Amino acid sequence: MKILVIVPAFNEQDCIDQVILDLKKTNSDWDVLIVNDGSKDNTSQVAKSTNKAKVIDLVSNLGIGGAVQTGFKYAERNGYDIALQFDGDGQHISAEIPKLIAPIISKEVDMVIGSRFAITHSGWKSSVPRRMGIFVFTILNRLLIRQRITDSTSGFRAYNKETIKFLSAHYPMDYPEPEAIILLGKNGFKMKEISADMKARETGTSSINYRRAIYYMIKVVLAILMTSIRPKIRKGVKK
Amino acid sequence: MIDLFLNFRFQFISVFGSIFAILFVVELIRRRKIKEEYSLLWLFLGFSFLAMSLSQTLINKLADMIGIAYSPAALLLFLILGCFAILIHYSAVITKITIKNKDLVQELSILKYEFEEFKTKLEAKEKGEE
Repeated sequence: MKILVIVPAFNEQDCIDQVILDLKKTNSDWDVLIVNDGSKDNTSQVAKSTNKAKVIDLVSNLGIGGAVQTGFKYAERNGYDIALQFDGDGQHISAEIPKLIAPIISKEVDMVIGSRFAITHSGWKSSVPRRMGIFVFTILNRLLIRQRITDSTSGFRAYNKETIKFLSAHYPMDYPEPEAIILLGKNGFKMKEISADMKARETGTSSINYRRAIYYMIKVVLAILMTSIRPKIRKGVKK
Repeated sequence: MIDLFLNFRFQFISVFGSIFAILFVVELIRRRKIKEEYSLLWLFLGFSFLAMSLSQTLINKLADMIGIAYSPAALLLFLILGCFAILIHYSAVITKITIKNKDLVQELSILKYEFEEFKTKLEAKEKGEE
């Protein structure tokens, strides 16, 4: 079974090598693909110097959605059975991956989300605006696609072959995570959340502040509502 | 009398304004500075504005229909609506270009990676043969 770990990276020179080494240490059979989203620092060189990862350098910055979709396109063309999305900032824990891909191997679901809230645990603390946003998404998920997804913004995900094919053609660009859930649910893909531990950020700063959070919420909620009223793209599947 | 002159002056400006706008757009198309596809709305707006400026009856009827007492105001309303339509059309064009640009960046970056990988393999093979 061919497995590809897609790691979108933007200015992550301080920890990208550690992320790669960790992934390879957990399972050396996994292919690690770093999608360097036009970083201004040495992310690409640092990643290449490990000799353990494939590194695609985007010729210009596309944002997280465009970077992750590049990974899906690569995975589809090279016949991968499972693709994982894994953050480049050291927040995700590679030892949690086997748990994440188990429901896909057993063909139980099409996509699995590593969630910080599926059960309560002490590893991860969240800010107030983020919690509020996540609460809104949870309600929207339940209303629009009738699936219980509590951690819509988590970027720790696993996808099967059919989902890879679908998303390589249709993946949202700007703030893709919550929108992708609605898109997949609407098109009849089965999703599941699994509790996963995450670390606090090792480097860099969180992109959340109040003004940005409000813009983010309005934009994403609009995108979600639009996605939900668009016709289904994938035919012949029951919703 | 003064009223008539003012009315005429407004008509004069709007007729020549729209003729100038139409000729300007046509010239830009001729010099391939604008694609025909993107000029259609401008030409449509230009010709409609010209027709309304030339024909008092047409503009009066239009103003009556939408309940505007002062008919030149209807002309301005029409102009503003036309500009809105063109701006919205541009948002759609920009979106289309953004998506195409994203696809190109992704395609080029994947190909570049595959090409480098292929080159490295080939060089390694050649070295092995030497």
